[in-house]
Amino acid sequence: MEAFVVALTIFVLAIFVGFEVITKVPPTLHTPLMSGSNAISGITVIGAILSAGTKLTTLTTVLGFLAVVFATINVVGGFMVTHRMLEMFRRK
Amino acid sequence: MREVVINLTYLLASAMFVFGLKGLTHPRSAVRGNLTGAVGMLLAIAVTLFDQRIIGFEMIIAGAIVGGLIGAVFAIKIQMTAMPQMVALFNGFGGAASVLVAGAALIESGLVDITGSMTQLVVATVASGIIGSVTFWGSLIAFLKLWEKLIPGGAIHFPGQQVVNALLAVVCVVLGALIIIDPTQISLYWILALVAGVMGILLTIPIGGADMPVVIALLNSYSGLAATATGFVLSNNVLIIAGSLVGASGLILTSIMCKAMNRSLANVLFGTLAPAEGSATADEVYAGKVKAASPEEVAMLFDTAQRVVIVPGYGMAVAQAQHVVRDLANFLTSQKGAVVEYAIHPVAGRMPGHMNVLLAEANVEYDQLKEMDEINPTLETVDVAMVIGANDVVNPVARTDPKSPIAGMPIIDVDKCRTVVIVKRSLSPGFAGIPNPLFAADNTLMMFGDGKKALLELLSALKEG
Repeated sequence: MEAFVVALTIFVLAIFVGFEVITKVPPTLHTPLMSGSNAISGITVIGAILSAGTKLTTLTTVLGFLAVVFATINVVGGFMVTHRMLEMFRRK
Repeated sequence: MREVVINLTYLLASAMFVFGLKGLTHPRSAVRGNLTGAVGMLLAIAVTLFDQRIIGFEMIIAGAIVGGLIGAVFAIKIQMTAMPQMVALFNGFGGAASVLVAGAALIESGLVDITGSMTQLVVATVASGIIGSVTFWGSLIAFLKLWEKLIPGGAIHFPGQQVVNALLAVVCVVLGALIIIDPTQISLYWILALVAGVMGILLTIPIGGADMPVVIALLNSYSGLAATATGFVLSNNVLIIAGSLVGASGLILTSIMCKAMNRSLANVLFGTLAPAEGSATADEVYAGKVKAASPEEVAMLFDTAQRVVIVPGYGMAVAQAQHVVRDLANFLTSQKGAVVEYAIHPVAGRMPGHMNVLLAEANVEYDQLKEMDEINPTLETVDVAMVIGANDVVNPVARTDPKSPIAGMPIIDVDKCRTVVIVKRSLSPGFAGIPNPLFAADNTLMMFGDGKKALLELLSALKEG
């Protein structure tokens, strides 16, 4: 229970930080914000790596592998396409 | 000790995600911000590989290669006009990953000791399964709608839709409760994911057209919340933090999009847009009052214009006219000494900020892009406003007719400019399905034709004259 309260505290505070930071992003950059935050939500890859690597059962290994694929698409694709867009805004 | 190092690195990664997003508050710092986030992700992944529980790397490496290649190809090949589809699809992948990871964690919890409490794990697994599955299937539908190749982009309604959704939600809750009571019932989890998936599909099919930006933003938020739920499953703080940041970001964008259409989120998700009874028909509004102008006539107008505002809509992107628009703007600036700006409505594209990306791709300067609220008070001093492929977002009915389906929606007040030029194929209505009195206004000229072709003719007329 104690661990849950700690996790909940972190969750609530992170939501506040998110609101504070993201309300300052100008509308011009909202599309890169979405693709960039998409990449960040690929953080699930960490859980996927653990399941694919601990190999408790064949099923969990396969689930882990598939999750690694999905999450890596998010991470690699998300950061790369965001970079591509932001370069367009930077060049003069 | 190993645990401590791993968790401290996760903390560092979380901080880098926050700094990365902070970088996105200005175009100058945005590239560095994105790279900061990427390095944070790399650190988090690298340190996870040192976890003692990992006994083999081949499945991890294989998955990373497959996923990395697919992601890279998408990122390099995607057209900027197709960006909404890609973001929708990626949102879905995030949701799918959460469903799979939570499912695997539930199976593992029956076999080995877990880090946190069992109740937390199971409750969070249920949440992860529901949110993740709704995100995946909902995003898939959103992707198909935006792609428009397999299913049409419009809204699809069937009788009893709300009742079916409510029933599915009840089934999800019951299944969730059963899993919490007996976590060894793994098959129930997959049934739960399936039911939530059907719910995700049914929640997304009645939404279409101009409402798509709201849906993508909302699904973006869900994909973050799914990651957070998975963080509770694994008692992993970096997942909780990163997921919360994305969840907050998606919620903010959703609310901005709703405000830009003056509609509540509930209305976008469950309501329908219908023209009100007794509102003016197209014939009444347009008959005998619409003035068509040739590119040559419009060119004469631009000859003396000091201040020009261009209002782009998604139709401009469909016609691939953004490069011609830029050439025209550059010509007016350099040869005629006019001040040219772009007025961008928040829902001008198919996702938040989409129009800005399309113009940036065409090398339009960042400073020339003006937000609606910024440019509206100054429109009375504009000599010529040129509306290209936009309709509802410049319809003055939003201000004047409280019964109109777009009543109260903030619009770009081009009707206050001295002259308005509309570049459009025909008088056909926009997504709201209502006529636009602006097209028949005294100070409006219609330049009919394909956006790109009409603008090319206008540009050559300007160069000759």
